[in-house]
Amino acid sequence: MLDLIAPFFERLYETTGLNFSPFYDSYDWGRLLEGMWVSVKLISAIIALSLVIGVLGAAAQTSKLRPLRWIVAAYIEIFRNTPPIVQLLFFYFGLGAITPQVDMGGWYEPMIGSFGWAVIAIGIFGGSYNVEIFRSGVEAVPHTTVEAAESLGFSNLKIFIYVTLPLAFRVCLPALTNNIISLAKTSSLAYVIAVPEITYSLSGIWSDNVNVPEMMVLLFVYYILLVAVIARAMTLLERKLALPGYGR
Amino acid sequence: MTWTVTRLNWRLPVIAAALCLLASVAAVAQQEGAADRETALQALVTWMPFILQGFVLNLVMSVLAMAIATVTGVILGFMQISPSAVIRLPAKLVTHVFRNSPWLVILFAIMFLVPFRVTLPGGETVMIPDWVKATVGFALPVMANVSEILRGAVMSIPSGQWESADSLAFSRGQTLRHVILPQCIRRMLPPWMNWYALLTLMTPMAAILGVNEALGNTQAAMEAAGSRPEFLIPFYLFLMTIFFVFIYPISLWTRRLERRYAASGA
Repeated sequence: MLDLIAPFFERLYETTGLNFSPFYDSYDWGRLLEGMWVSVKLISAIIALSLVIGVLGAAAQTSKLRPLRWIVAAYIEIFRNTPPIVQLLFFYFGLGAITPQVDMGGWYEPMIGSFGWAVIAIGIFGGSYNVEIFRSGVEAVPHTTVEAAESLGFSNLKIFIYVTLPLAFRVCLPALTNNIISLAKTSSLAYVIAVPEITYSLSGIWSDNVNVPEMMVLLFVYYILLVAVIARAMTLLERKLALPGYGR
Repeated sequence: MTWTVTRLNWRLPVIAAALCLLASVAAVAQQEGAADRETALQALVTWMPFILQGFVLNLVMSVLAMAIATVTGVILGFMQISPSAVIRLPAKLVTHVFRNSPWLVILFAIMFLVPFRVTLPGGETVMIPDWVKATVGFALPVMANVSEILRGAVMSIPSGQWESADSLAFSRGQTLRHVILPQCIRRMLPPWMNWYALLTLMTPMAAILGVNEALGNTQAAMEAAGSRPEFLIPFYLFLMTIFFVFIYPISLWTRRLERRYAASGA
């Protein structure tokens, strides 16, 4: 792949001075691929965690226990109304300093690395939005449907899993798509704690080669393509899950 | 189930107090021995004015960036609904690019690609401070979203109103000014406020690039106080509390407006 495009980009550099070093230098090419791979892994992990939190939080909000509803409400308000970057630093430096260390045979490493903390912090941040999104979906499920399930002898948990959630998920898909896209963009914050995702690896490349504008273009293109892919996938999912009689 | 909205009014002081309490408990809990050294709580109290001073810069940046974003975003929004493709398509492209890129990437782009000093036509050079560049960097994504809010609001007006205005011999400009926009402003206000809150929450990112705002000052204060690990939790919790106290009333107010407009069927 690199052999194929390298001559073109080398000539581009020689003739125009546009230095897209990752496209002809094998070391930078490796850094670019690694950055994209870590970024995709990071985004997937963040989205997965935030969805789990969203479902659990929405379930907790339908609970009859008041303190539980309270805790979820406080969680939402705190994480939606404080800067995500401070949350990330708080988790990584604040909590990272007091998590146990693992013996790696001679040296000690924290149990959760920067990648792990980025997933946890941004996942929890995104989860606070997802709880509200799922809650609005749960509220949109007709009460009669739940009553029908009750009369068929479903327990509360089973109603939530088999009746409410599948319907609620379809209702809140558009809002969920928005949040997932904004989470994918927020994942670049992991740069702050030196997770080697795309922003971080490209910043390494531009400080080595002094080709900031070219790498900026690359970053913009990467994120716009990523957002387009996610939006496309979610639209397909929406179409596949569409129920006759629900939505448009 | 509207309980989260109606009962939230008294939650601000409670949650803020809880955060503060957590910060001080964390500060006290982590004092092991070392009675002669300054405790984390004392250090926090000592450096509080310095951190708050940084927070003022956050507020200045957020207000300025919002002003820039609103003006440019409204212009961009009008360009997006223009009947001429020459105006519409570039506006759509700009909106698309800045809506779909991360804040951090846009901030980097502005910080590295805009020169730190410019030569005026008169020959004198003017230094552009970092915080001004950061403000522009924060304004760009919000600009794109304001533009999209305006477009969405105009699109949400039933097309029958355009046709009625047409039949009353209103020109396009007149229809926009006297019929469409007065209705749009109500619809645009809650999302606009939401974006202000989000923008303010993003301003600490400027610390990455060396602007001395609240986050930068907090980190500097921790270092100056001896950079001991037990400072980390209370200092960051305190920083979160300041932002929370400022942002939470705004988001409550936004929600109330949203509810009111939704109820009146606007």
